[in-house]
Amino acid sequence: MSTATDGTVRTLPDVPAEELLEWLADMTLIRTFEQTADGLALRGKIPGGMHPAIGQEAIGVGAARALRDTDIMTGTHRSHHHALAKQLPAAEVLAELYGKASGINGGRGGSMHLADFDRGLWGSNGIVGGGLGVALGAALGARVRSTGQVVIGFFGDGGANIGRVWEFVNLAAIWKLPLIVACENNLYAVETASKAMTGGGDIAARAGGFGLPSMSVDGQDVVAVHAAVGAAADRARTGAGPTFLELMTYRYMGHNSGEVIRYRTTDEVAQWRASRDPIENFAALLTDAGILDPAALARIDETAADVVARAVTFAEEAPWPDPFTAADNVSSLSNEWGYPR
Amino acid sequence: MSEPIDDAAAAAQVTYSAAYQQGMREEMERNPDVFVIGTDLYDRGGHFGQVKNLGPEFGADRIRDTPISEAAMVAAGVGAAMNGARPVVDLNFMDFAYGAMDEVVNQAAKMRYMWGRPVPLVIRGTAGVAQGGAQHNNSLQSWFMNTPGLAVVFPSRPWDSKGLIKSALRGEDPVIFMMHKLLTGVRGPVGDADELVRIGSARIVRPGKDVTVITYGHGVVLAEQAERTLHQHDIDVEIIDLRTLAPLDVETVLDSVRRIGRAIVLDEAPPLAGPAAAVVAAIQDGAFWYLDQPVVRITARHSPIPHSPVLMDALLPTAQQVVDAALSLARANGPQVLAG
Repeated sequence: MSTATDGTVRTLPDVPAEELLEWLADMTLIRTFEQTADGLALRGKIPGGMHPAIGQEAIGVGAARALRDTDIMTGTHRSHHHALAKQLPAAEVLAELYGKASGINGGRGGSMHLADFDRGLWGSNGIVGGGLGVALGAALGARVRSTGQVVIGFFGDGGANIGRVWEFVNLAAIWKLPLIVACENNLYAVETASKAMTGGGDIAARAGGFGLPSMSVDGQDVVAVHAAVGAAADRARTGAGPTFLELMTYRYMGHNSGEVIRYRTTDEVAQWRASRDPIENFAALLTDAGILDPAALARIDETAADVVARAVTFAEEAPWPDPFTAADNVSSLSNEWGYPR
Repeated sequence: MSEPIDDAAAAAQVTYSAAYQQGMREEMERNPDVFVIGTDLYDRGGHFGQVKNLGPEFGADRIRDTPISEAAMVAAGVGAAMNGARPVVDLNFMDFAYGAMDEVVNQAAKMRYMWGRPVPLVIRGTAGVAQGGAQHNNSLQSWFMNTPGLAVVFPSRPWDSKGLIKSALRGEDPVIFMMHKLLTGVRGPVGDADELVRIGSARIVRPGKDVTVITYGHGVVLAEQAERTLHQHDIDVEIIDLRTLAPLDVETVLDSVRRIGRAIVLDEAPPLAGPAAAVVAAIQDGAFWYLDQPVVRITARHSPIPHSPVLMDALLPTAQQVVDAALSLARANGPQVLAG
């Protein structure tokens, strides 16, 4: 048991210490990756820029670690933390952000469209609410084919005001699909405070009206996220149906790299950073429990820095895709809508 | 005394809608991963009888009734298809796809390209212009054929509605399956359980030598009406039923136009950026120097569809327009001496 910087008392889950250190390492890698990639985006290395998830690391890692390798995750436009938590190699993710041939999707996806079906990431998604739809369908596929998979579909507080998100929740509820509906509430939909745009003011309460268990979870606490997702996954696997989780979190950066922030105060950001940082709080928890010491922490930081540095080299040196392949594999039927080549 | 009744031929005559249902049943028997989701399917069999009786036959898990949530239906289909199932999302009316446009265009159509993940999904809807006013008579084929990654089929007869649904359910692409309202009860022969109609293959409905009429869906009926009149004027019409709008069978169109040199493109969609525009552009690209006369394009007016039959008829292409255009083409002085 430990008291975090925000005063809440936290307990470690029944997970081997080595694994808990991996959680910390994963979150650290995500933070390091995002900080580096953000800088690269500002230098024009990432076409179209990116949406950094710095501050939201516990959600990706807590969720991924609560699921089986065969389970499925879908993400959002802000999804590097989901991808890295699902163990997509940092080098291939960064090369994808660059638009290189060695990218995880050959440069066809990019920051908002990362996928790795072997590792269970069924796509981040550039359309707000879109990833939850894919998750809904994947859960239906899991049901009709009896695969035993559980699916977690992420969206944000902005997505909670997309009408079809609630179509998805309703269908999952009436069909009792093995779906975890996961709203990452980072308080701002692009530049708009979601509170002012959300009728009733409470997303989890809204979800409860659809007849599925719904709860709000501290998304800055990887242990809490892990526990909530784990319980929802257990419930889904027994056939009891979907669960709605509102994961309360905060993004430290703007909506996109380089955004000039006028819609919140620097004090607000500083407070979250000082008291609610998911990595610092978890490191403190592990230290108090005697699992982590300064040397081990330094090794985790160094490893993350090394992996990201090698990822940058990899992305920089990776070849561009062959332009002649640009219209390949649009369809199995024809690449040129019927025109002979 | 009429001709003796051919019992076997009479038995093989089924409606356009029943032919689709027959194809669905055979594919559901063949592949346990095929299932259908949509509204009013299990008991009613769909608004056009397209899955009649399949509910009790295959059970509520495979003929799956949904709320009126088109985005959720299509999303469920997309993800299930990505996860190895063979879903058919039946929207009843294709017009309802507007409520699921992101799922169709931004999700289903792009997964293969971005991620190499096939989305073997069929989205069926009854389409075409008939009664019902402005909001149930959209020509969404123009929208969908503009989306790389989608196949768009539009059968004109029972044989093709059966053969195309079978191909769609054995392929690996998202297929927009459009069936014309006015053809729902039209009867004709169908193929057997393994008779497939290839997606992307047009059909020469009747060969001719004086003018080619290129059309699809209910346009085939109009073209056949026009042909009967033109026959009396000694004009020999070749009719091409495109059957698939994406990918277009450009080769079949160009072969015909290169042989004949005079072409009419008949389409009930509005003229801008629709099937007729695409076919005319393909002819200009691939057969311009074979043309004796400019290609004639007969389409609907650029207008929503009104309720009043008088107003509706004033907007839509007619067989008479095809007759007039063909006569005009046949009489015109082109760069070559007219055949016949």
